[in-house]
Amino acid sequence: SPQVVWDTLGNRQFCSYKITTKTQNFCRNEYNLTGLCNRSSCPLANSQYATIREEKGRCYLYMKTIERAPFPRRLWERVLLSKNYEKALEEIDENLIYWPRFIRHKCKQRFTKITQYLIRIRKLTLKRQRKIVPLRRKIERRENRREEKALIAAQLDNAIEKELLERLKQDTYGDIYNFPIHAFDKALQQQEADSESESDAEGEEEDKEEEDKREFVEADDSDLSDFEDMDKLEASSEEEQEEEAEVEKKASHSKWKGKTPLKGPARRKRPYIEIEYEKETELATKTKAA
Amino acid sequence: AGNGGARERGEAGGPGPPPVPERVLFPPTFSVSEIKNKQRRHFMFVRWKQQQRREKLAAKKKRRKEREALGDKAPPKPVPKTIENQRVYDETTVDPNDEEVAFDEATDEFAPYFNRQTVPKILITTSDRPRGRTVRFCEQLATVIPNAHVYYRRGLALKRIIPQCVARDFTDLIVINEDRKIPNGLVLSHLPDGPTAHFRMSSVRLRKEIKRKGKEPTEHVPEVILNNFTTRLGHSIGRMLASLFPHDPQFIGRQVATFHNQRDYIFFRFHRYIFKSEKKVGIQELGPRFTLKLRSLQKGTFDSKFGEYEWIHKRRQMDTNRRKFHL
Repeated sequence: SPQVVWDTLGNRQFCSYKITTKTQNFCRNEYNLTGLCNRSSCPLANSQYATIREEKGRCYLYMKTIERAPFPRRLWERVLLSKNYEKALEEIDENLIYWPRFIRHKCKQRFTKITQYLIRIRKLTLKRQRKIVPLRRKIERRENRREEKALIAAQLDNAIEKELLERLKQDTYGDIYNFPIHAFDKALQQQEADSESESDAEGEEEDKEEEDKREFVEADDSDLSDFEDMDKLEASSEEEQEEEAEVEKKASHSKWKGKTPLKGPARRKRPYIEIEYEKETELATKTKAA
Repeated sequence: AGNGGARERGEAGGPGPPPVPERVLFPPTFSVSEIKNKQRRHFMFVRWKQQQRREKLAAKKKRRKEREALGDKAPPKPVPKTIENQRVYDETTVDPNDEEVAFDEATDEFAPYFNRQTVPKILITTSDRPRGRTVRFCEQLATVIPNAHVYYRRGLALKRIIPQCVARDFTDLIVINEDRKIPNGLVLSHLPDGPTAHFRMSSVRLRKEIKRKGKEPTEHVPEVILNNFTTRLGHSIGRMLASLFPHDPQFIGRQVATFHNQRDYIFFRFHRYIFKSEKKVGIQELGPRFTLKLRSLQKGTFDSKFGEYEWIHKRRQMDTNRRKFHL
């Protein structure tokens, strides 16, 4: 009898559906109407019982009566409720007519709650759904490791500095940065691009020649004449303006001063070309004097 | 086998392993893995390893002596293999003189930007309910990219944001996705109907976490450096990233934003540079830094269901080879 069931399971001994917490006892039984563990809401301890359950969005009324107690397979009778809220309430009423007030009331309350959350589900599915993608630990670790190695291989600072210097050389910055040596570099590049290589080499040799000469003959006034000769010679070989050539030469002097120790093979070449040039300049000076 | 057997029996019983003899003779059919006893096997293996190391050292010394003996005539040093050296040749690598590529680029979605017809205007937003770190990162990103605006998401659907952005003349949309209070993804969408790139973002450093002494980035338009974008895909991503910044940098500001691609990871850095001489430049890092890894490239604007994907990272096929990169 239900009273005996309650005395053993509900009150005193162990019930596997019962969950105890500090303040309350809950019932995990799926046919439970309220979800609490009470004498009146235990589906095991009441021979006449009813619940509302929903499946795939449709609500059903489940009923249990004493007559079917010995037939567990046919114990719960299921009635599909209509989708219309008011009609469903009427159906509950007519199915549970002459049933205790408590069960009827609780059924209707439960039905209301269920319809409300079904409405909410339908509304949420229309909104954006956030897709949850699981992170795979091994893959995350692998990617982090590879990223670290790529960072080391990248040598970012060096790469950026190199790129910036390249851009400076390519003259993308225009006139903002005034490095005179750099200007010479540019002009030298242009010179090399325009003229033949021989005249270039000669030009370089000339410059060095002149510089050496100047070193020896510091207070000489023939410097100016030499310069003019240089201009003429250069103008004959290239199409550049005199100013540029002068700038270039001056810069070249300052540049070659630093660089002469490095020019091993060029140095070796110099003696035999020097002779040629000495002749030429001598001629020039001779002509001038004349 | 007898020789080896006698040796192992003799030594394993001693108080400690005796010193390794100069040349250990192993009979040709003997292998260390055949010894069943773990201790002895381990001992023989250690001995074998030491011998290998000694041989290698001797070979190295010999090679170095030869090299010194040859002096100038020595053959050039062999270049060590790096992953970049061994990279599998990608057939979509862009040749600078390729006409087809040039033609494509003249007619793709970024052409108006590169022809200076449009000025970039960026909208930066996050996923729902951003946490503090993401918010601060968005703000810093907005200072780094000129003409960028940050707006809170407030649960709006991207599909509805996009037409509004287009109406207000935005050219690009950046959505920073957040997970567990740190930003971990970036969706970059070129707006009037342009490609959408989805990146995985990692190692995000805010400005205060970077060890530098620089001040905040100013309002000047920075320069852009794009390194190592070699393939077609890399090229298009590079153009996409470049189109975030206005075309004419202000060199007075001396700021440079770098996107450096290395092994499919794009590193973003923001520096201020100064030329100390014509051969030396000093850089000082300001601004946030992060790394991106491309996950997918869609043809139209952001659409996860019906979008047409130009490229997706397929882990099983693309991650197997360590020398193959796609960007």
